[in-house]
Amino acid sequence: MSINYDERIPNNVNLSSDKRLQRALETWQPAFLDWWKDVGPVGFQADDIYLRTAVSTAPGGWAQFGYTKMPDYRWGIFLSAPEEDRRIPSGDHAGEPVWQEVPGEYRNSLRRIIVTQADTEPASVEQQRWLGQTAPSLYDMRNLFQVNVEEGRHLWAMVYLLQAYFGKDGRDEADDLLARRSGDADKPRILDAFNQPCPDWLTFFCFTCFTDRDGKYQLGALAQSGFDPLSRTCNFMLIEEAHHLSVGEGGVERVLRRAAQLAKQDPNGDARNQGGIPVAMIQKWINYWFCYSIDLFGSEISTNAADFFAAGLKGRWNEAKDYTEHTALNQSYTLPMVKNGALTEGDVPLRNAMNDVLRQSYIKDTERVVKRWNQALEEEGSDERITLPNSRFFRRQGIYANLPFNPQGELITQAEFDAKISGWLPSDADRAYVTSLMTPCTAPGEMANWIAAPRKGIHGNPVEFEYVRHV
Amino acid sequence: MADVSFPPVSFDTHPSRYVHWVLSVEGAVATMTMRVQEDRPMWPGYELKLNSYDLSVDIELADAVQRLRFEHPEVRAVVVTGGYDKIFCAGANIRMLASSTHAFKVNFCKFTNETRCGIEDATTNSGQTWIAALNGTASGGGYELAEACQEIYLIDDGNSAVSLPEVPLLGVLPGTGGLTRLTDKRKVRRDMADLFCTKAEGFKARDAVKYRFVDGSFTRSKWAEGVKARAAAIVAAATPREATGFALPPVLPETTADGFAYRSVKVQIDPVARTAALTILAPTEAPSVGADTWSLRAWRELDDALLRLRFNYLDIGLVTVRAVGEAEAVLAHDVALDDGSWFATEVRFFQARVLRRLDNMAKSLFSILEPGNAFAGSLFEVVLASDRSYMLADDDGANRVRVTAASGGRFPMASGLSRLQARYPGTPELGVRVLCEDNWIDAARAEKLELVTATPDAIDWDDEVRIAVEERISLSPDALTGMEQNLRFGGPETCDNKIFGRLTAWQNWIFQRPNAVGERGALKMFGAPERAVFDYRRT
Repeated sequence: MSINYDERIPNNVNLSSDKRLQRALETWQPAFLDWWKDVGPVGFQADDIYLRTAVSTAPGGWAQFGYTKMPDYRWGIFLSAPEEDRRIPSGDHAGEPVWQEVPGEYRNSLRRIIVTQADTEPASVEQQRWLGQTAPSLYDMRNLFQVNVEEGRHLWAMVYLLQAYFGKDGRDEADDLLARRSGDADKPRILDAFNQPCPDWLTFFCFTCFTDRDGKYQLGALAQSGFDPLSRTCNFMLIEEAHHLSVGEGGVERVLRRAAQLAKQDPNGDARNQGGIPVAMIQKWINYWFCYSIDLFGSEISTNAADFFAAGLKGRWNEAKDYTEHTALNQSYTLPMVKNGALTEGDVPLRNAMNDVLRQSYIKDTERVVKRWNQALEEEGSDERITLPNSRFFRRQGIYANLPFNPQGELITQAEFDAKISGWLPSDADRAYVTSLMTPCTAPGEMANWIAAPRKGIHGNPVEFEYVRHV
Repeated sequence: MADVSFPPVSFDTHPSRYVHWVLSVEGAVATMTMRVQEDRPMWPGYELKLNSYDLSVDIELADAVQRLRFEHPEVRAVVVTGGYDKIFCAGANIRMLASSTHAFKVNFCKFTNETRCGIEDATTNSGQTWIAALNGTASGGGYELAEACQEIYLIDDGNSAVSLPEVPLLGVLPGTGGLTRLTDKRKVRRDMADLFCTKAEGFKARDAVKYRFVDGSFTRSKWAEGVKARAAAIVAAATPREATGFALPPVLPETTADGFAYRSVKVQIDPVARTAALTILAPTEAPSVGADTWSLRAWRELDDALLRLRFNYLDIGLVTVRAVGEAEAVLAHDVALDDGSWFATEVRFFQARVLRRLDNMAKSLFSILEPGNAFAGSLFEVVLASDRSYMLADDDGANRVRVTAASGGRFPMASGLSRLQARYPGTPELGVRVLCEDNWIDAARAEKLELVTATPDAIDWDDEVRIAVEERISLSPDALTGMEQNLRFGGPETCDNKIFGRLTAWQNWIFQRPNAVGERGALKMFGAPERAVFDYRRT
C-alpha cells in the first residue's frame, strides 16, 4: 500500500523523507483504521461531522474546522516548535542540553512511560464508543467525536515516538496498543480507570473533566522531560487536551444548571421529579471519577517516581516556571500516613513523593473547576453545592488504598464505611436511573431535558447548527 | 537491622499459622497461594509490598514443600500461584536485603535455594510435580521461584511479564538459581537470556513463550481453566499414590544450660571457643511408620539444628559432630527404609536433603569418633560430609564404624555423586572396597581404607583433637568458608551445585562490592531519591 504521506498525514516531522518511519506507519496505519472501525464510535462513521483538524503548528493551524467523515480524519503528527538551546529542566541532569535521541540508559523507562500514557488514548475511545447513540444533542455528539478523533491523534503522537525512537521494541509496543481493549477480560488496558465502563453522558463529562485532567498533568510532567521529542509532543497535545477538559467541565456544569432549574420548577424542589439528575446524584459521579482519576497519579511514595525525576524523564507541573530548585534533593515531603490505625504525619524524601506533588497540582486545578460549578449553581438560585472528596477517600492505589476513609478524609470503621458507601458513590439504582434518561436528541438545536443548552456553539456557529450531518 | 542483633529465627510453622501463604489440597492437586501480608514482615523496618518475600515467607514455603511430601503423599501436582490481582511475586524484598547484614543475606539466599531445590526434589523423586501459575508479573525471585517448578504458565493479559531485573535495577544478580536454571534447566539460548536479564521489565507472554522462559500462557478468561486442566493432565499422567499421610508435629528445641536440645539431637555452644558440639543420639526404639520414628524425627531435629546454627550462631566457626548410642539400632532403622513404601522413600529423600544442608554449612565440620559411637549406615554419611574426622584408635577395637549400602548412592550430594565417590577422587576402587566391607571397621582398618582423617591413640587423643579445633578456629573465617566449599564439592558440576557455587562465588562478591552496597551502590540506592554511582572499572 502506497501512501502520499504529507497529504494523508499532516505532520511536521519530515515524514515524507523518513523511510524508517514510513515503513513503520505503512503497517500501523491500516491497523489503526481497522481498530477505529472495530472499536471506535458505533454508528455515524459515514456521517459528516463538523470537526477541527490540526494541520500545522502555526498559529491557527491546529484548528481547521470543516465537515469530515471520521475514518477520513487526517490524524497528524505534530511536535511543538523546538525551543532553542533547551536544557533538561530537572533531576540529576538539570541544566545539561536536552536529548534529541533516547539515552540507552533510560530507554526502558522512557518506553514504559510513553506506552502507559499512549495506552490511555485508544482506551478512552473504546470506553466511549456507544455514547453517540444517546447523545443529548448534536452539539454534544460532535464534541464527543472531536474528543474521540483527538484521542486517536494523541495515540498517533505517542506511536510516532515509539516508532521513531525505540526500534523494533517500539514497533511491537505500537502494535500492542491496538491489541489491548478497554474492559476486556483478556487484554485489558493498563490502567484501571481506563477499563471502567462509560455507559452514560454524565460519566462521559466526569471522565473528560477528571480523568482527562490527569492526562493534562501527566503530559505537563512529560513536557518537562529531558527527552526533547517527548517534551515537544506533549506540549502540542496539551493544547488539544485543554479542549477535552472544557467539554467535561462545561458538560457537568450544564447538568448542574439543569438540575437547579428543574428543582426550582418542581413543587417539591426535586429535580428528579422533573426528569433531571439531582445535584446530590451528580456529586456521587464526581466522587467516583475524582477518586479513580487521582489513583492514576500512582502511589504517594514511589521508587519509580523518584527514578523518573532523578533521570530527568519527568518533571513537576510547570517545573521550569514554578520552581527555582530543580534537583529536589535533600528535601522532604510531609504526608499523612496511617500508622497503628490512626493518621499521623510522616516525612518522605521529596523525589519519592513526586507522584503526590503532581496529584496536588491536579487537585488545586480541580478545586477551581468545582468553584466555577458552584458559581453556576448560585447563578441558578440553588443552595446546593458540589464538594471534592478528600484525596484519601475510595482509593484503589497508593498508601490509602482500600482503607475506610470518608469523603472528608477521616478514617472510619469498615462497618461505617460499608454502611455509607451507597450515599457517596453511584448505586446500581442511581446508575439505572441515569441510564434511563439517556435517549438521543438528533434534531439540530434539540437538547435533552436533563441538560442545559450551552451558552454558545462551536467556532462561531449557533448551538442549533447541524454539527452532525446524517448521510 | 543492626549487626547480628535480630532475634533468633525459628523455623517452626504450620499451615494453620501461615501468614503469607494459603495451602489447599483437593484430591491429587495441591495449591500454594502466595498472599504476602505487607504489614507483617519478619522484622520491623520494611513492608512486604507487591508480594515480595523475606525469610518468614520462605520459611512457610519450605514448611509446605516438606509437609506435602509426608502429610499429603497422594498429591501429584502442586500449583503455586499468587493471591493478588496482576502480581505473582516481586521477589525478595529489596529494602529487607539492603538493610540486612551480609551474613544474613547469604544465609537467606542459601535457605531459599535449598527450598527451591527441595521443590525440584519433590518433582523428580516423589512425583509431586510443581507448576508455577503466574497470575501476574513474576520478577526477580518471583520468577526464580517459578523456575524451580517443572512447568511455568504465565497469564497473557497484555501486561504481566516474567523478568530478572536484578542487574539493571539493583546492580546485583538473581541470586537464587535464576541464571543457572535459565541455561541449564530451561535451555534458554544464552543471548536471549542475556537480553532478558538486562531488560528490567522482562518479557510478556508472547516472547516469554517463544523463547522458553515459560512453558505456556492462557488469557485471563481461560486462565483458571487452563491451569486446572494442566494440573489435571499432570495428575492423569502420574503414577497415583493411594496413601494417607500423617501430620508432622512441631520440632522445637528446648533451651539447655549451654545450648539447645531435642530428643535425639543436642547442641552445646561454647561461645568463648566459638565452637558447637552437636551430638546425635542413636535410636532407642524399634522403627515404626510415622512422624515419631527415629529416621524421620531425629533427622528433622538435625535439620532444624543446622538451620538454627546457621542463622542464630554466626560466631560459631566449628561444629564437632558426635553420634552416640547403639549403632545396630541405626542400622535397623536404615533397613526398615528398604521396603519400597512411599513412607520409606520419602524418609530416605528427606535424609538426603538434610545431608545436603550439612554440606552447605558455612562452618567447619569435624566428626569425632569415640568408643560407643553410632556412626553406622545413614549416620556414617555425617562423617563423610565432615571436613575432617578424628577416630580414636583404642586397644580393643571397640571403637568402630560401619559403612553400608546406604553410602552407595542413597544420599547423593548436589553433584550427583555419593559422598564415598566424592571422597576418593583418585582412588575410586577404595570406595568400592569400603562398600564391600560389610562388617564393622575399627580405627586401624579405617585408617587403611582412608576412611577417616586421623586415628590418634588414647595418649594423643585429647591433645590432637583440642589442637586441631583451636588451630582451625583461629583461621580467617572467610578463607575457611571458601576453602571448605571448594574442597567439599569436588566432582562434576550440576544445576544444583552450580546454583550454590555461583551464589557463593559471584553473588556474594557482588553483594560486597561498593557498586552494590557502597554509599551510592545500586542496592543501597534502590528506592532512594538519588541514583546509583558506579565505579566502571571492570574486575
